[in-house]
Amino acid sequence: MSLLHIAVLIPLIFALIIPFVYRLHKRLHLGWFVLPVPLVLFIYFISYIPTTMSDDAVLLEADWMPKFGMNYDLYIDGLSLLFSLLITGIGTLVVLYSISYLSRKEQLGNFYCYLLLFMGAMLGVVLSDNIIVLYLFWELTSFSSFLLISFWRENSASIYGAQKSMLVTVLGGLCLLGGLILLSIATHSTSIHEMIANADNIQTSPYFILSMVLVLIGAMTKSAQFPFYVWLPDAMEAPTPVSAYLHSATMVKAGLYLVARMTPIFAVTQGWVWAVTVVGLVTLFWASLNATKQQDLKGILAFSTVSQLGMIMAMLGIGAVSYHFEGSESQLYSAAFTAAIFHLINHATFKGALFMITGAVDHSTGTRDVKKLGGLVTVMPISFTITLITALSMAGVPPFNGFLSKESFLESVIEITHVDLYNLSSIGVLLPIVAIIGSIFTFVYSIRFIGQIFLGSYHEDKLPKKAHESSLLMLISPIILALLVIVFGLFPNLITSSIIDPAVNSISKSVSKPAEFHFFHGFTPALFSTLLIYLIGIILIFTFSYWVHLLKAQPDKLTINYWYNNSGKSVQLYSSKFTDTYVTGFTRNNLVIIFLTLIVMSAIVLIVTPVSINFKDVSNIRAFEVVIVILICVAATMMVLAHSRLFSILMASAIGYAVAVFFIYFGAPDLALTQFVIETISTALFLLCFYHLPNLNRHNETKSFKAVNMLISIGAGLVVTIIGLIAYGNRHFASIANYYKAHVHDLAHGKNMVNVILVDFRGTDTLFESSVLGIAGLGVYTMIKLRSKKNTKVEGGNNNEQTEK
Amino acid sequence: MEILMILVCGFLTSMSVYLILSKSLIRIILGTTLQTHTANLFLITMGGLKNGGVPIYEKGVTHYVDPIPQALILTAIVISFSVTAFFLVLAFRSYKELGTDNVEQMRGVLENDSE
Repeated sequence: MSLLHIAVLIPLIFALIIPFVYRLHKRLHLGWFVLPVPLVLFIYFISYIPTTMSDDAVLLEADWMPKFGMNYDLYIDGLSLLFSLLITGIGTLVVLYSISYLSRKEQLGNFYCYLLLFMGAMLGVVLSDNIIVLYLFWELTSFSSFLLISFWRENSASIYGAQKSMLVTVLGGLCLLGGLILLSIATHSTSIHEMIANADNIQTSPYFILSMVLVLIGAMTKSAQFPFYVWLPDAMEAPTPVSAYLHSATMVKAGLYLVARMTPIFAVTQGWVWAVTVVGLVTLFWASLNATKQQDLKGILAFSTVSQLGMIMAMLGIGAVSYHFEGSESQLYSAAFTAAIFHLINHATFKGALFMITGAVDHSTGTRDVKKLGGLVTVMPISFTITLITALSMAGVPPFNGFLSKESFLESVIEITHVDLYNLSSIGVLLPIVAIIGSIFTFVYSIRFIGQIFLGSYHEDKLPKKAHESSLLMLISPIILALLVIVFGLFPNLITSSIIDPAVNSISKSVSKPAEFHFFHGFTPALFSTLLIYLIGIILIFTFSYWVHLLKAQPDKLTINYWYNNSGKSVQLYSSKFTDTYVTGFTRNNLVIIFLTLIVMSAIVLIVTPVSINFKDVSNIRAFEVVIVILICVAATMMVLAHSRLFSILMASAIGYAVAVFFIYFGAPDLALTQFVIETISTALFLLCFYHLPNLNRHNETKSFKAVNMLISIGAGLVVTIIGLIAYGNRHFASIANYYKAHVHDLAHGKNMVNVILVDFRGTDTLFESSVLGIAGLGVYTMIKLRSKKNTKVEGGNNNEQTEK
Repeated sequence: MEILMILVCGFLTSMSVYLILSKSLIRIILGTTLQTHTANLFLITMGGLKNGGVPIYEKGVTHYVDPIPQALILTAIVISFSVTAFFLVLAFRSYKELGTDNVEQMRGVLENDSE
């Protein structure tokens, strides 16, 4: 255990302690006690920057379950460090923000417990070197996110959103587990850095494609890519600090982290490049289109998050092309990795701030509906300034950091069409077009976001509360983030060599050239596309009311939500229908299923295995035996055909006595004796009991009922006959009876072999057989003697579990 | 002889399965007793019906019928008798409580309560 191991566990440990602090100390807001945790961790992770800057990676091992290959190994390189800094840095700001956002009447103990649980899980995901532990933390993020989304659990929308996000992310998580297991089979290792070192083994193994698909589905569900983004807009029912932290800055980026981490393994294949790029671009386009028509501020931000994540995903896919080239050409394409990492940081800053401002506006006006908001520029000037900076950065306007990363994105998308590989130069032309259209809509909703809240006319009467500027405490975190937006925009070199370059180097194959960002590159295609985006964007904003109807006319059936809800309903419907088909409550149905299974399975076994029938040592048939056989068969037939109850009972006892006679002829006097006695008692019992039953022996049976019964009974008879014949003809070993025969007198001092076996050689059987008889006697006695009274019977019925009809 | 007995056992199995699948509780119990007889006959048949002495030790005699299946059947007879007796009383009681011996009408507790 090193300091880093403890650092990852600190949030989890505090998650256990914090609820107790909440119980004991009510005077101060609980958030102040939580705040030092991420802050200290952030400072601790900063101390690793010099290590990763010199391109060193640190691997710290701690054994947990070495036999399963499940060890608590941590690996810190540029990529892990970048994510750790994001998690702890944004985490600090979010905790600070939540102190003013959540009132002390809320269940703060729960809130901070879940939040710290999430923080620890997220750190575990990005720092784990062991895939099993990675998966463990991955599911812990899903789980804690579920708890946070349903924080206001009286609200049914929260429950719906939490359930949806749980289902989708756990589906992806299980796919990921499958993919990771396949990878570990291919490399005989559970360590990620060993897998990357042995990437050749994976690329030649038969599991390569399958593991790639499964890992990709895991990453897509977590990062809300098309079509798995459905859960993210509904997760907006969570408290705003949660939305800011989980659903913009950290959890949704776990999928991106995974894609980046796995790039060295999978990037060599065409499928990976195309899948990641296309999924990213489709998500970018679709979500930015949807974001423009949302009426809820958090809805806009949710779709905008999805679209920005798609953009980063696309860049990771484009960057994977660099694995197919060497030297300077490779560096040309790995520039997309640089753009991806830079945009990852930028998105965390501006989207975090935008969520926090939305929360502030919600807090001060009481609504998030864009129809009610407007004209708040004079009421909330600080919030307006922050929104202006961050939303323009999201739109990709200079001089903010979003412009720089968006320029690099457009550059790499255009660059990719020149690659003479995998049809990228022919079909690939579509990629920049989709990217540009997506960016136009991003521009539109970003600019409109500012206008919808702060510009236009101020409707005081529509707002539930009287609007006012938020408290300074609430604004500290967004101000810090907005300052970062400007600082990273104006001086990107502050973070390029310290954070971005080490992160890019841990993704890309060869050492990439140091990242450089400039506001002006010269008259490149990217610059012209940016100008085009601004131009069309401005035109679209002014004509917004004309074409938004077209977007809103999207029929219900074309939304993913419709299919999600419907599949949920139909799974329930069809599974209950299916269960109803065979769970009918009729005993006969179960018997039919049991007998049919017996017949079918025996038939299959008989067909598949070669059998032989062999009758060498069969004894002779004696005449009187034939007579008894005929007697038994006739009696059994009569029993089945009988209409009267009494007659069938008599026939049953006739069979019993005939069997007893058989026992005499087969040399079994003890059996015959017992059989006679017992048959007599049984017959008496039958007659005694059914004296009280109605005269009808058989209930009206339809022809099909009889036919099914007949077929099944004939089948069962055939199975018994055939198996009996085969078993008799294939005897492989002599009986052990010779031992009993030889030693019945000298060892057991008895003459009757059957009796000696029963009480001496195998006496235990007899002991328990007697206890069976005793238990049956007790059962008969209690059934006759103990009766419930009528009124208690009804109560008993109600206690039974009632199932939905 | 063994082949004939196996055929008889198959026939009796068919009959008992037909009885067990019927609607009346009495016929079901009769079917189970018939199945008991079938199983016992099957056991003694599979042990071999070769002519030999009754398995009671006598000096000088070496040829006996196999005693093991007989011991098994003796145990089986007693157990099946216990179970049959229990079933009979159970059927009797259920008729007294529910007023029917038709198994098609015996479905769950809830329906009976609503009657």
